Amino acid sequence: MTGRAGIALVMILAAAAPAPPGASSCSGCHGAGAPIAGHDAKEMTESLIAYRSGARPSTVMGRIAKGFSEPELDAIAAWWAARK
Amino acid sequence: MIRRRHVLTCGLALPFVAKAQAAAKVVVVGGGFGGATAARFLHRNGVGVTLLEPNDTFVACPFSNAVISGERSLDAQRFGYAAVRAEGVTVVHAAAISVDAIGKTVTASDGTKLPYDRLILSPGIDIIWGGLEGYDEAAAARMPHAWKAGEQTLLLRRQLEAMPDGGLVVMSVPPNPYRCPPGPYERASLIAWYLKTHKPRSKILVLDAKDVFSKQKLFQNAWQQLYPGLLEWVSLSDGGKVVRVDPATLTFETEFGSHKADVGIVVPPQRAGAIAATAGVADRSGWCPIDPVTLESRLVPGIHVLGDAAIAGAMPKSAFAANAQAKVCADAVSALLSGDKPQDPRLINTCYSVAAPDYGFSVAGVYRPVNGVLTDIEGAGGISPLDAPDTQRVQEARYGDRWFQTITAEVFG
Repeated sequence: MTGRAGIALVMILAAAAPAPPGASSCSGCHGAGAPIAGHDAKEMTESLIAYRSGARPSTVMGRIAKGFSEPELDAIAAWWAARK
Repeated sequence: MIRRRHVLTCGLALPFVAKAQAAAKVVVVGGGFGGATAARFLHRNGVGVTLLEPNDTFVACPFSNAVISGERSLDAQRFGYAAVRAEGVTVVHAAAISVDAIGKTVTASDGTKLPYDRLILSPGIDIIWGGLEGYDEAAAARMPHAWKAGEQTLLLRRQLEAMPDGGLVVMSVPPNPYRCPPGPYERASLIAWYLKTHKPRSKILVLDAKDVFSKQKLFQNAWQQLYPGLLEWVSLSDGGKVVRVDPATLTFETEFGSHKADVGIVVPPQRAGAIAATAGVADRSGWCPIDPVTLESRLVPGIHVLGDAAIAGAMPKSAFAANAQAKVCADAVSALLSGDKPQDPRLINTCYSVAAPDYGFSVAGVYRPVNGVLTDIEGAGGISPLDAPDTQRVQEARYGDRWFQTITAEVFG
């Protein structure tokens, strides 16, 4: 399996899998027209971690990100990255 | 997860899943933020769904306080079901009048009997008429509750417009739980804003059956800053609990005295929408105990309850919470129909309030099941900082506007 095919398969798996814990709530604010669906997973994880620590200032995201571990944030970001 | 296993073993898993679940039938009762969301997400999971909702237009409660204060049209609160239907959900405009939990059928007000494999109830709230002495349906025509958006919202708006400058608005607030915990205080704020702007010699008096309330410090700081002398809040301890109203004279009686209003508002005592009691899923409190993983009723198997009607632990009765619960419930029901184990969920709530059009703040929470109850994850959530600069209040007011656009697009768009 080539790397590209592997990535494609991972994307398909993430797209087909049910939302990981917490992920389905995001679209309450970031649904239609908001850019988390299909956004770069790594960038989203980094943002969430920075919100959580306060390194990146926020109004509400810091309070929310504090409810998740790094692997949980990773899984949420990967799932949203695989959305259309 | 069977769905994932299908993907790994068969490759073409999604059609299989869709086929397996399409045979299954789910009936969703109530087309609000909870029910319409649940129906759409179940449909996307390949489940056959019928949504039962008596009204062909939904009137959203969030932001309806701004209709009362005159900054917003009620039309901005109205949503139809065309998009829900176009997506493939069968929408039936009828009320659910009874449930046979053994035979697994719902009887609708048009006489049809709908069979189900799993039933989701998202019926919202009903007002307990007479729950506050003197406050029945007839009284609501004189003293609006406006706690279900629509004609009541417009009635209250008209009353405020007709009130002469120098008038007294009185609002009574019930004990917990009720729909939208910060709602009464946002309403008081926006009415105060209207009075300050248009009728500055008037006053609003809030008579409360509680000593503490949602976002209390944020509201009280805003009131001190924006509405000194114009908005007075009387706590339970200070004699704020209203024990009787007289709609003929617009009088609110507490244990310590009475207040005659020019405009009287009653946020009434509430319980889960009537079908919950009919179906046997409401307990003596009037609300519905649920399993926190599947949102399945603790009282009747095969029936799930979400949104305002549910006892959802630490989660408040908010539109955001109903929408989040609906998505978790849709995935849990899909898993159960496929013979899978639903995953241990995490849920989020974010709720914006405004104390004035450009003065917003929020409360957030992250929840997980602990010992059978949806519980706050420690260290997460909480309210906007008390010392935030005005720029952040403006920013959060705008975020609130955008939240409403986004969530209504997800549910009805």
